[in-house]
Amino acid sequence: MAEGMTEPLLKAENLSKSFGGIHAVREVSFEVPTGQIKGIIGPNGAGKTTLFNLITGFYAADAGAIYFNGQTLNGLVPHQVAERGVARTFQNVELFDRMTVLENVMVGRHPKTRAGFISAAFRLSQARREESGIRDTAMEILNFIGLSERAASPSTSLPFGLQRVLEIGRALATDPLLLLLDEPASGLNAGETRELARLICLIRDSGITVVLVEHDMSLTMEVCDEILVMDYGRTLAEGSPREIQQDPTVISAYLGEEPIA
Amino acid sequence: MSRFLRYKSIQVGSFGLLLALVPLVVTNRYYLSVMIFIGIHTLLVVGLNLLMGYAGQISLGHAAFFGLGAYTSGILTATYKLSPWPAMVIAVVVTVVVALMVGVPALKLTGYYLAMATLGFGIIVYICFKELVWLTGGPSGLVGIPKLSIGTVVLDEPRTYYFLVWAITLGAIALSLNIVDSRVGRALRAIHDSEPAARASGIYTARLKIWVFVVSAIYASVAGSLYAHFITFISPSSFDFMFSIKLVTMVVVGGMASIWGAVFGAATLTVLPEVLAVFHDFDIVIFGLILMVVMIFMPQGLTRGVLDLWEKYRLQRDVAGGSLSGG
Repeated sequence: MAEGMTEPLLKAENLSKSFGGIHAVREVSFEVPTGQIKGIIGPNGAGKTTLFNLITGFYAADAGAIYFNGQTLNGLVPHQVAERGVARTFQNVELFDRMTVLENVMVGRHPKTRAGFISAAFRLSQARREESGIRDTAMEILNFIGLSERAASPSTSLPFGLQRVLEIGRALATDPLLLLLDEPASGLNAGETRELARLICLIRDSGITVVLVEHDMSLTMEVCDEILVMDYGRTLAEGSPREIQQDPTVISAYLGEEPIA
Repeated sequence: MSRFLRYKSIQVGSFGLLLALVPLVVTNRYYLSVMIFIGIHTLLVVGLNLLMGYAGQISLGHAAFFGLGAYTSGILTATYKLSPWPAMVIAVVVTVVVALMVGVPALKLTGYYLAMATLGFGIIVYICFKELVWLTGGPSGLVGIPKLSIGTVVLDEPRTYYFLVWAITLGAIALSLNIVDSRVGRALRAIHDSEPAARASGIYTARLKIWVFVVSAIYASVAGSLYAHFITFISPSSFDFMFSIKLVTMVVVGGMASIWGAVFGAATLTVLPEVLAVFHDFDIVIFGLILMVVMIFMPQGLTRGVLDLWEKYRLQRDVAGGSLSGG
């Protein structure tokens, strides 16, 4: 299995997706080695979120292939992708509003547990054991992300920054191998963004590979091992943060532009 | 965890005890009949609430499942002389098959479109009840449905039937309380709150929606069988579109995503028309007005609304008490 060691965890080959006449993603290829933090940057409409939706099965690719952990993800639907170990967050925080902080994370344990209607309705001992396991794991995750004191609060009572953190916690509860973060820093202030950077590094250190889509350059440059730059659905450049900062194409197309208002 | 479990069994237990005491006080057959109808409606609404209140999927055709239970039980026992209990089981099986046939395509739809699809389904089933005269007796109804019996004891008195209906309904309430407070219950609420996030969290939402649709149909089917064996005569008009709407109203008035709210909603909307009968022709107007007022001032339903009022009252009392001692 020496080959398996060198295989990247995630590999996209010539991915394309268009909506009507608009090519949202055009022949994008990239690899994410295990244990890395990879950043995907680019202006609005560059196709970053579409790329996430292709990987997680929300969209079906028009062309190209996605390999994850040695298997293809093509043709899978979101819950199957989640079961294989890919977790994600959403650009506009998608929490379960009518649940507590703890319950939100407990939902994340879904792919790792089994109880159905019958065993739940009759509280079979297996379901009860599983339920307390779900609760314990969810509490551990809340400890890890620093929200254990808010466990019983409604998720909507959290400030926006912590809602983003909670969403990451829910994703972690699925025991992912790969975590996809869609603009995790948007809407956060500088202090919250620093905290987030620390959390992302902690997650990487716990053995989870991370891909993040970002607008916020400071976060990307700080935490990412490698960066993919997209523009108009295409790959513009790829390399280490230092290389990206010095890449003339990137500078002219993205960094060199007027700051986005 | 075990504390919550006890808390829940205490709720069910004390409610059961209360219900068991009712026939000691109430001996009037009419009042007992109303109580039986409340039980049957509660069974229906608890099931519909799992689908609507928890999973957020609207069904405007739930009367059809109620009718399928009633007619299958009725036809098998009255026409084919099958004994009622096996007939009731067959009714559940028939309902499950129909629910799957309708649910698999319909639950691919959302919001208004799902409402329209289930509405259409309800109307089709209603027309079948009316037009398949050789099977259902048509608009004039199906007569001669036998009373239920347990062993050799025939439950032909409202008092005995009351106990049967409420025992089954109470059981259904207990099962539902367990379901909503479980992995499955959280998954249902997750679908309601954010379907994309639910899918990304590994929930097979399409399948779960079908399951909860089937479960709520089973509740309705059992309620239908109980109804048929209680009044021993059924006709299509009991299972029309208006009854589906009434069930949805019971869910909303009681409070979405609340099992006890379902009990409250079913009780309120069963008793209210009876009470309002004194206003003769104006009863519908007053009924409508009450619903409007409830929805305007308690959009979360009566249960939540009353609790909020109580909280507000306590808060005001505490504030008043605080300012007195401060002054």
